[in-house]
Amino acid sequence: MRTGARLMGAPLLSVRNLSTEFRTERGTVKAVDDVSFDLAAGETLAIVGESGSGKSVTAMSILRLIPDPPGRISAGEVVFDGRDLLKLEDHEIRAIRGNRIAMIFQEPMSSLNPSLTIGLQIAEPINLHRKTPWAAAMDMAVELLSRVRLPDARSRVKSYPHQFSGGMRQRAMIAMALACQPQLIIADEPTTALDVTVQAQILALLKEVTRAANSALILITHDLGVVARYADRVCVMYGGRIIEAGPAREIYARPRHPYTIGLMASVPRLDQATGTRLVPIDGQPPNLANLPPGCAFAPRCRNAVDRCRVERPALVRSGPEHLSACHFHDQLSA
Amino acid sequence: MQAYVIRRVLALVPTLIFASLIVFITVRLIPGDVIDLMLSTNDIGADKKSREQLEAALGLDQPVYIQYFRWLGAILLDGSLGKSLWQNTSVMEDILHRLPLTFELGLMALIVALIVGIPIGVYSAVSQDTIGDYVTRSFAILALALPGFWVGTLVMVFPAIWWGWSPDVKLTPFTENPLRHMGQMAIPALILGKAFSAVVMRLTRTMMLEVMRQDYIRTALAKGLATRTTILRHALRNALIPVVTLVGLQAPVLFGGAVILEQIFVIPGMGLLLLEAVSQRDYPIITGVFLIVGVAVVFINLLVDLSYGLLDPKVRYR
Repeated sequence: MRTGARLMGAPLLSVRNLSTEFRTERGTVKAVDDVSFDLAAGETLAIVGESGSGKSVTAMSILRLIPDPPGRISAGEVVFDGRDLLKLEDHEIRAIRGNRIAMIFQEPMSSLNPSLTIGLQIAEPINLHRKTPWAAAMDMAVELLSRVRLPDARSRVKSYPHQFSGGMRQRAMIAMALACQPQLIIADEPTTALDVTVQAQILALLKEVTRAANSALILITHDLGVVARYADRVCVMYGGRIIEAGPAREIYARPRHPYTIGLMASVPRLDQATGTRLVPIDGQPPNLANLPPGCAFAPRCRNAVDRCRVERPALVRSGPEHLSACHFHDQLSA
Repeated sequence: MQAYVIRRVLALVPTLIFASLIVFITVRLIPGDVIDLMLSTNDIGADKKSREQLEAALGLDQPVYIQYFRWLGAILLDGSLGKSLWQNTSVMEDILHRLPLTFELGLMALIVALIVGIPIGVYSAVSQDTIGDYVTRSFAILALALPGFWVGTLVMVFPAIWWGWSPDVKLTPFTENPLRHMGQMAIPALILGKAFSAVVMRLTRTMMLEVMRQDYIRTALAKGLATRTTILRHALRNALIPVVTLVGLQAPVLFGGAVILEQIFVIPGMGLLLLEAVSQRDYPIITGVFLIVGVAVVFINLLVDLSYGLLDPKVRYR
């Protein structure tokens, strides 16, 4: 079931026991707590969760983009292509950023510099990492813009972000990420800020260009529909931890955590009979500064028993490729 | 853009007419009038007859509104600002003769303010809440709090007491010895630019802190850019837009400071001309200087508005 690359050798990216904390006025908050996952070359991994689940912080921690202070990666390893990124010198991690691992952010409106041309912003990593002269880098920017199917790319490189629509800006962001042919692209909710009609286009484009470049993709999202269509594997995060992980198909067919089951029930599906009611998850997302001692989801879980409130469930194997952090993972059915 | 400039210049006319009206009237509200001063200076008995003769000769026997319209008519018809009541020289020539020095002083002060204020502001923002940040911020408050005339006086007095040195009283013209001239202008320019540089520093710091929080800075870092390049290429330009506005707003403040410092350092610029004119109640010179300064301030602000287009691509002039 696993992709060939993983069977053959070490994964491209291996995150081990990653913890990231933020110091706040109300004490230290563990935004990411003991997170581990692997990613093979060319594979697409979706990290799913609601706001505050730690999915974006996980992504930012990989490239060490957590602002310090107040944030701090307090433990763990991020092994990329054999090297622990957390142990690199500043200039070494900079040589990886935008070059071998690129990032696409959620807000295409604010993630582009309003006072620089689109072309310059796309050419910038090429000039920086490949030492390509600006004129040649700008030519490559034109090429990249046509690759993300921006019409009239030659004249568009001279435009400024405010002259672009949201979808065009996100295309420009994708072109920027592709600039140095990275082995890994991390897309942090790349379509959340876009119109629904544009979302599908951008995701399809992202999937297509990463496949063409044989780049791995980490897709951070709260949208399970996105996961089903584009991801090979899924990690579901809740309260800063991974609570379920496995192949996308497997998670869809046999979710093994009440939170994942709840998420699926709250999303409309085309294969449901019309008239079926959506079932929301009761309660509020957890407060990271004050997590319960047991399972973080227990206060909202319909099946919670006393054990759930005192004993934190470990992430254990629930199938050949399937991990779940529920005491009762083998008794659940969707 | 051309149409924009033309419309802006046309819009100046009512502004300047209104300003001239205020200046023209308030100058005449200064206690003591020029006739009394002239009579007492020349030791002529202040009898009613010689008073009336003098008033008529200077055109001050007319009602104020007639005087105003005559003055305005002279400006509009032959570009004249009238004649000095004391020297009978052309006010326009007097001002144009003195203007370059004041302009030079103001420009030097502005350059000092920007050269000192912007880099320190950036440094202070980047090292927010470190000792360096506190030290530079404290110096900025100090520079703001010390009045220019007081610092200027100290610079005149203390080196003279300690080392027997004081700035030259006679200003060497630029054409005679440029280096010596610039050296002489440097001290008043530094003092004049001091408070302004503190304001520039604080605004640059605030704006940099704001800009460094923006998403596009994170994008720049995610591309692998070094902090230095990120600041220079991505942050500074966006942070400087309000600093440019400040330059426009501070122009009249700079002129106010220049008047005092020209007096202290005996620089024969417009400020000195104005002070002499005020003490002599030489109305045409006072109104003339204010009008020219008004025109200058308005044009500086037009330049400031036009320069936004260079910094911010979203700005379009229509």
